[in-house]
Amino acid sequence: MAYSDKVLDHYNNPRNVGSFDKSASDVGTGMVGAPECGDVMKLQIKVNDASGIIEDAKFKTFGCGSAIASSSLATEWLKGKTVDEALQIKNTDIVNELALPPVKIHCSVLAEDAIKAAISDYRNKQASKTPVAQPAEHAVA
Amino acid sequence: MKTPIYLDSHATTRVDPRVLDAMLPYFTEYFGNSASRNHEFGWAAEQGVEKARKQIADLIGASAREIIFTSGATESDNLAIKGVAEMYAEKGNHIITAATEHKAVLDTCKKLEKNGYRVTYLPVQGDGLVDLDMLKEAITDKTILVTIMYANNEIGVIQPVAEIGKICRERGVLFHTDGVQAVGKVPIDVNKDNIDIMSITAHKLYGPKGVGALYVRRKGPRVQLTAQMDGGGHERGMRSGTLNVPGIVGLGEACAICQGDMPEESKRLRALRDRLKTKLEDGLDEIYLNGSWEHRLPHSLNISFAYVEGESLLMGINDVAVSSGSACTSATLEPSYVLKALGLGDDIAHSSIRFGIGRFNTEEEIDYVADKLIHVVRKLRELSPLYEMAKEGIDLSKVSWVNH
Repeated sequence: MAYSDKVLDHYNNPRNVGSFDKSASDVGTGMVGAPECGDVMKLQIKVNDASGIIEDAKFKTFGCGSAIASSSLATEWLKGKTVDEALQIKNTDIVNELALPPVKIHCSVLAEDAIKAAISDYRNKQASKTPVAQPAEHAVA
Repeated sequence: MKTPIYLDSHATTRVDPRVLDAMLPYFTEYFGNSASRNHEFGWAAEQGVEKARKQIADLIGASAREIIFTSGATESDNLAIKGVAEMYAEKGNHIITAATEHKAVLDTCKKLEKNGYRVTYLPVQGDGLVDLDMLKEAITDKTILVTIMYANNEIGVIQPVAEIGKICRERGVLFHTDGVQAVGKVPIDVNKDNIDIMSITAHKLYGPKGVGALYVRRKGPRVQLTAQMDGGGHERGMRSGTLNVPGIVGLGEACAICQGDMPEESKRLRALRDRLKTKLEDGLDEIYLNGSWEHRLPHSLNISFAYVEGESLLMGINDVAVSSGSACTSATLEPSYVLKALGLGDDIAHSSIRFGIGRFNTEEEIDYVADKLIHVVRKLRELSPLYEMAKEGIDLSKVSWVNH
């Protein structure tokens, strides 16, 4: 299979590889996929609590070159966006940017899912640490 | 050293220049139809064909009259299995094969199932070998054919063919073996190995594509096949169609070369194969050999690189031609059914690479491939969340994955 130059570039020079402390309150972690399906993506965002802007993003991916490129590209796009803006990233944007063939569209879907999962994780953490938003907190405890 | 490096000998092989030299005159000078019995052009072609028939027979301990020419192993497998099924339909309707067979065998069996035949697909053990006791138990009085390959195309594992053949002989069942990967690579004797029918193809043994053969035993027992192609009654009526004379000459020459070179060649390829394996094992942790080490073709290696996906690995070694059991490299998006039949998880199947070392590979090439692979696997493991989790002591089999 022939890969686009952009896929090759991300595969050869993946951006933002690594991990944040997933227990940190300003970090959101999304892990999607399964080893038996041949792809697992872990995507993490680090958000400035005050501004709501994603200051940093990192990924690790087990998968084909297109899956690696999709998640590498996603981390590039996430940086500097607000969490709300990040939710607007669509898998089709990734498909177009990387010129993914139809058989590789699922890689882009996985990247979009990973973004959403990371944001959802971040938001859950924020919600649980904001006392005003949880009037029933003591009752639950 | 020239790149790309070819390490995919199970898929096909380069035509040996000696084979090509033998073939060339049969395109232009001796272009006759070997069935033309009444003139010199035909006689010359026939002579080439009969020499080849003898060369093939000699390689496998058969007599020349037991060799039928075909277009390749897929046709040979089809002719053997369907030909027996039809010819012996009155005797029974049961066929036994194994889960790790080539598609040319499996899909032929599936077709027969649709036509009322019963097929048993024997599972294999973790090392890829069939269980002989299971085979014995599977044979019934309706069984007419056992078809089990000599050596596997993905993992290189050699089945206990002589024992399988002995069991079949004792129970009066015909034994067909797909010998595609083994013929010319390891010593085969159809009599010692108790083989009744065997498929052969030229392009896996440094011959041309588009030509193959079928060994069909003539006595003890005499095997009969119903032709699957009707026409001029060539090849003892079993396979009509004008013979591919240059191809057949090439197949014959390729067999003769393999027979002459085998002792030395298999030793050399085994040394290269072992060198590759040792280097990879020294350079990387958590790599796993797929299939039996002991019962294996000398040029064959199949390894899973845990926590790394096969296609991304191939991408990193794009100047090396190998194959992967990864779903992403297949048309079906399913990981290799052969590796799954060994009981391997899909994740390990996705991480597998098949190496097929051949006549034209050098030690320098093997060292280059090993070094490059080690580098790429390390890099991809840096990228792999699975490797990170495993290093943290997380049992990946106990993680509940978010499937998509």
